[in-house]
Amino acid sequence: MTNLFNYLPRNSPVHRLAGATKLSALLLLSFAGMTTFDTRLLAALAILSFAMFGVSKIRLRDVSAMLWFTFVFMVLNNLLIFVFEPEHGVSIYGARHEICRLVGDIYLTQEQLFYQLNVVLKYLAMIPLVILFVSTTDPSEFAASLNRIGVSYKVAYSVSLALRYIPDIQREYHDISLALQARGVEMTKKERFFKRLKNAATIIFPLIMTSMTRIETIANAMELRSFGKLKKRSWYAANPFKAADIAVIAASALVLLLSALLTLVNHGRYYNPFV
Amino acid sequence: MWKVNVKTIVAIGIGAALFFVLGRFVAIPSPIANVTISIQYGLLAFMAALFGPIAGCLIGLIGHFLIDLSWGWGIWWSWVIASALFGLFVGMLGNRTRLSFGQFGKKGAINFNICQAIGHAAAWIVVAPVLDIIIYSEPANKVFVQGLVAAASNIVTTAIVGTLLCFAWAKAIPDKGSLKKES
Repeated sequence: MTNLFNYLPRNSPVHRLAGATKLSALLLLSFAGMTTFDTRLLAALAILSFAMFGVSKIRLRDVSAMLWFTFVFMVLNNLLIFVFEPEHGVSIYGARHEICRLVGDIYLTQEQLFYQLNVVLKYLAMIPLVILFVSTTDPSEFAASLNRIGVSYKVAYSVSLALRYIPDIQREYHDISLALQARGVEMTKKERFFKRLKNAATIIFPLIMTSMTRIETIANAMELRSFGKLKKRSWYAANPFKAADIAVIAASALVLLLSALLTLVNHGRYYNPFV
Repeated sequence: MWKVNVKTIVAIGIGAALFFVLGRFVAIPSPIANVTISIQYGLLAFMAALFGPIAGCLIGLIGHFLIDLSWGWGIWWSWVIASALFGLFVGMLGNRTRLSFGQFGKKGAINFNICQAIGHAAAWIVVAPVLDIIIYSEPANKVFVQGLVAAASNIVTTAIVGTLLCFAWAKAIPDKGSLKKES
């Protein structure tokens, strides 16, 4: 329960990077991957992110549960896209090469396949990065990193409070839920749907009411220690930047720039081999 | 309304933690197979009405972001941003419910539910699908159907869980001016 975000401490170059570096790289690269639909760039990013697993000494086995989950999500999403709009690729690429007829008016086209290949590549490029980020970054360094990349330290502190109290609230929820189930409050399928919702509310009432008192206590404690009086604060878990950090940030910024350049070269976000 | 003090900051932290726990671990099975009901939006609407728009916005943003991080299916910015905007919206209009004074009657409940219904509709039928189209270039009819389903289920759960929470909270704290000095 304590290792909610699957942080795996190892001794690798990726682990040694500062948290702020990994966070900015994640944001820059995911922004690059989000905006572009250039197949070549997405493929390169996908290869890069899987290669990073090797560098960071995280084996695919370590994160297999997350990868499976994502895989199912990706397949479902692709099926949905095809069911809803089998001609989406045609309208994007402005050409139509039929491969075969499936049922009735629905045709399989090269354009649709190519568009969905891009969607899959997008997943393959982005998701390993997110998994790598959570498994190589100590959650306690996360708030310090947010502050470093320019988020106000008060907001960063909220994030750190959230991470600190998630295990506590989880334990409390578990306790309350068991206590109420012992009294006969049912949340499983045996109960009617609306009754189930209402029962869920009965369980979260005590949880939220105690959390309200908790907010009061923590806020008083922080105020007594003059939280928020000054413009800056220091962080226990912050790491200073080294040469490698600057190199990684520069490289990620270059990828973002490349993605913007490709948009200009391709006259739009799509790399179009059909026209 | 827009003031941020220490209490708001703590409320954001604890609210995001609650949002995370409810969204990640409290899955209530629904009549439709494989679709679970997310009750965290009931909590979000309640916290937003109580602590204002900034708290609502950041609870949605941080809570949803952390949920996405922990599942590992990537960060779906379109839906994260929609959650944040829902919190912001309910916080802006929900101030009128006078919840922070511990007063929440029939009028407050109607007000609260109109706010949350409009907020959910705007977030899931407009913001999330449009961002999905812009960012991920997904087919329009697919994302709008997904948005409609999400909006409908969120409105129902928020109406039940959120309203009950508001009533419970108003009952738990003493009314303003309910104490009199004995002569």
